[in-house]
Amino acid sequence: MRDGAASRLEKGAPVRLDKVSFSYGEAPLVFDVEFATAKITAIMGPSGSGKSTLLNLVAGFETPQSGRVLIGGVDVSAEPPSVRPVSMVFQENNLFAHLSVEQNVGLGRSPSLRLTEADHAAIAEALARTGLAGKERRLPRELSGGERQRVALARVLVRNRPVLLLDEPFASLGPALRDDMLDLVAAVHAERGMTVLFVTHQPEDARRIGEHIVFLDNGLVAATGKADDFFTGAGPEAFRRYIGASAGHAVSRDVARKRT
Amino acid sequence: MAPAHSTDSRVSAGIVALAAIALLIGGAFAGLLFEGVHDFSGAWAAFDPYLLRVIRFTLWQAALSTLLSVAPALFVARALSRHPRFFGRAFILQLFAVPLALPAIVAALGILALYGRAGYFAGVLAVIGGGSWPGIYGLSGILVAHVFFNLPLATRLFLEALQTIPSDQWRLASQLGMAARPAFRLIEWPTLRAALPGVAGLVFMLCITSFTIVLILGGGPAATTLEVGIYQALRFDFDPARAVTLTLLQIALTFIVVLALTRLGANVVGDTNLPVAQRRYLSVNRSETWLNAMLIALALLFVVAPMAATVMAGLGADLGRLAGEATVRQATLTSVVLAFLSALLSVTLSLALTMARRALALNRRAGRKTMLEHATDTGAGFVLVVPPIVVGAGWFLLLRHVGDVFAIAPVMVVTVNAVMAMPFALRAVRPAYDAASERHERLCAQLGIAGWNRLMLVDWPSLRRPLATAFAFAMALSLGDLGVIALFGSDSVQTLPYLLLARMGSYRTEDAAGLALLLGLVCLALIVAAHWLGREKVRDA
Repeated sequence: MRDGAASRLEKGAPVRLDKVSFSYGEAPLVFDVEFATAKITAIMGPSGSGKSTLLNLVAGFETPQSGRVLIGGVDVSAEPPSVRPVSMVFQENNLFAHLSVEQNVGLGRSPSLRLTEADHAAIAEALARTGLAGKERRLPRELSGGERQRVALARVLVRNRPVLLLDEPFASLGPALRDDMLDLVAAVHAERGMTVLFVTHQPEDARRIGEHIVFLDNGLVAATGKADDFFTGAGPEAFRRYIGASAGHAVSRDVARKRT
Repeated sequence: MAPAHSTDSRVSAGIVALAAIALLIGGAFAGLLFEGVHDFSGAWAAFDPYLLRVIRFTLWQAALSTLLSVAPALFVARALSRHPRFFGRAFILQLFAVPLALPAIVAALGILALYGRAGYFAGVLAVIGGGSWPGIYGLSGILVAHVFFNLPLATRLFLEALQTIPSDQWRLASQLGMAARPAFRLIEWPTLRAALPGVAGLVFMLCITSFTIVLILGGGPAATTLEVGIYQALRFDFDPARAVTLTLLQIALTFIVVLALTRLGANVVGDTNLPVAQRRYLSVNRSETWLNAMLIALALLFVVAPMAATVMAGLGADLGRLAGEATVRQATLTSVVLAFLSALLSVTLSLALTMARRALALNRRAGRKTMLEHATDTGAGFVLVVPPIVVGAGWFLLLRHVGDVFAIAPVMVVTVNAVMAMPFALRAVRPAYDAASERHERLCAQLGIAGWNRLMLVDWPSLRRPLATAFAFAMALSLGDLGVIALFGSDSVQTLPYLLLARMGSYRTEDAAGLALLLGLVCLALIVAAHWLGREKVRDA
């Protein structure tokens, strides 16, 4: 599998949803949007606006009723999740509780855990990169919440896929820890240059590392644009209502934002 | 690499399992139909006054057993629920779980050792009865045995129901100063009444399909049920036409009962888990406490006495000589090997059905359930409709045209018992698998962990314990079974229960008691293991 479509795309691949419609039996969601290649795009919107569904469509956990999901220009709509050139980090349950840190990361290389010398080297490097050196043999329950998400990021590194989907991965962490994790994501992105789709509820998250913003409302893409524009008050009305009047211009973005 | 979806292999496994079960049940029906068509007039002629008497007795003993088990259970359960904390409560509940796994033949022997013509109580009973005590054979013996099995079961089920009453209601009741009587009428009885039809139906169903107890304690043609009739028709009278008629009647009867049961929303499978007592706001006065203590003590005595009698009678046997006997050793080995294989098959089938059901449910999302999903879901529970004797009888009739019926004994014992234990195994495996799948499903899909890899790396570690629980339980059930082996057993293939029956038949009561003790202990050990394995959970991240 490592020789498949995934690793041929070295840097970030373009992700496009071409008139994708999907429904859980209620009002249908319709996505027609293209994400900036090799950039971090924050996907925001009220609860139930379809943020997670959008990621699930890209990852392959949901199949569109009509339309196409294109990654790197290839229609992947019919492909199962593991074949798509995509890594995903969920809010929780990113790890197998009975497997060690090393094994959990190793699964990103081989789903049967048959690892070569090169794989082991890559795993060690990824663990060092995410600040987990020395914790290889620990079980997930012996780690903190932040460390568990670091393991998930280490696995993203060894999988080395051109698209990274983050589904509110740091929502359950405290503010300081969350900032650390965001910086780690930004650093990984600077290094690998994958296309990152980042679902978040927190405007600060989006402001800290997001370059672009896709704003969803009622199952539709309500607005897209540069994060800078969104947070300096030039964003659409619905977005300003969503994040609240004060958050829009109270803090200068140069203070809060970390350059990536 | 295969671009197939990770779910496909699980669904295929479920289909294979369903096909195997269908083959087993379908083969039995084919045998019955073939025989029935072959000798239609004979089957029709089997409807004679004797048959009608058998049907009447089957229903009558089941109705009486149900009444005698369920009515006292209501009050014992209430007594236990009124006292959520006292020394030995958990132990009593555990004891009440023992009959669920104790082989019927062991219990029947225990009851004979107590109330039989030469039983421990024979002297006392003779004095009460004025003269001599004729023993407990017949309807009374059947009733005592059925109550021994079903009173504890019903008690546990009612207790479970009572524990669903929110503690807020109790807090409110105690604040309003509600005494025991109005509390029963206004709070406990509505809950019990809701559970009553389901519990009574379940007990009725178990009594209607009970074979071993009626065979051993029935003691003659006056007290014969359909199941025992089938056995006699095949093994003694060799009257296949009659066996067909009896079997079809048995199926019709159980089908009607199960249909009524599902209408009532009953759970057809018992459970060995202990209900957890919650914090209660109860004040029970002194006289009620005494009454409750008496009730619990009586029920306990009734349940423990046959077990104790089994142990005492068993210790009275010449255990050393028994252990040295080649026949006993051979039967023990046969029993263990067959029960092991049966449990293995049972657990494999259950796991396959569980995985298929989950995979189908995940693929379906919001749509309607397909037939296949229904089959993997509730379909498995319906194997209980077809009692082992019926499946055995069908295959017996089918195979006698082909060759030596008795040569197939091991296969029949293993497969039929595996399928019969399946509903219980499913109850241990399914929740664990579904919970693990809830955590792992997307991760596995994302990382491409499927098929064998998934089974070994992901599912096995989280299912080890529930699988072991299911295995131990299935093995205990299979080990103690006398249904299939009674039909197919012979001198060349004997299991412990079959040997026990043979020793009883030749009036070697001491030997039988010793074997019963051995069998009972092994089953008990397995159940304790199942319970222990089921309780200890692996902590999760």
